[in-house]
Amino acid sequence: MINKAEYRPFNEPWHAQIFAITVHLNEQGHFNWNDWSKVFGAALSSKGSEKLIINDDDYYLIWLKTLEKFLGDAGKIQPNEIIQYFQDWRAAFLNTPHGQPVNLANLSAD
Amino acid sequence: MPHDIEKHGHSLLPSDPELKVKALETALAKNGLIDPAALDEIIDTYQNKIGPKNGATIIAKAWLDQNFKNDLMTNTMPILEKFGFFGRQGEHIQIVENTPEVHNIVVCTLCSCYPWPLLGIPPTWYKSDAYRSRVVREPRKCLSEFGVTLPNNTKVRVWDSTAEIRYLVLPMLPKKYKDFDKEQLIELISRDAMIGAALIGNVT
Repeated sequence: MINKAEYRPFNEPWHAQIFAITVHLNEQGHFNWNDWSKVFGAALSSKGSEKLIINDDDYYLIWLKTLEKFLGDAGKIQPNEIIQYFQDWRAAFLNTPHGQPVNLANLSAD
Repeated sequence: MPHDIEKHGHSLLPSDPELKVKALETALAKNGLIDPAALDEIIDTYQNKIGPKNGATIIAKAWLDQNFKNDLMTNTMPILEKFGFFGRQGEHIQIVENTPEVHNIVVCTLCSCYPWPLLGIPPTWYKSDAYRSRVVREPRKCLSEFGVTLPNNTKVRVWDSTAEIRYLVLPMLPKKYKDFDKEQLIELISRDAMIGAALIGNVT
């Protein structure tokens, strides 16, 4: 019975997604894992004083924020693209009737 | 999480972080930096192919076969590679053995480095500030909170993982399980025991 505890690697799909994006970028050679670890470690420790990491959301929110900055600093993404796509996805969800697949083509379904 | 689907005609609006991740993925895919299919494959691997059972397989074999154990302790990476359990991020794994004299426990005080190929994704508590900041300072107290009480003369050694070196604890096998076969042993070995936060047969 001891080893039966369910292994749940990710509590939320977006946790898995951000993890996979990071691993994939590293495996494609877009950055060195060590460099990422240092930046992420620094972000976790500076966060330590403001808000404690108690659950996986706290942890992956810092991961997401750090990765965005890390990729921005490396010139892999532009901050304004992220803002734009964020708004596009939001609009797509709002404009897609419930039950239908949401994609960026539904941006302006109205 | 958003709710009240029925009241609005539109699809369930994801939380801001979910939308942010989608935006990041879209930007990276449009810039040709990621292949969305590869992301699914990575998630599938960590959800279905990699997990604590990998580590337990190695530990059970080490308990049953002294020669394998010797090789594992001294020549860890080539042995793990034979099983296909190697670090995708190029890290090295070191096995640390519990004995009546020393109990080992693993942490990553910097972030959350962990032997992914052997244990999968770390549990929430391993990533928490509370564990990362306290286990180095007061390991016995942390252990007792995990339900682990050690004899007074057993020393506790804390191993701080890095991006380059990750640790796996080789737990002690209590005598009462000496006749177990490999499959039975694998069932006994919990993830937490391989982090050093549990003992074998210590149900928490």
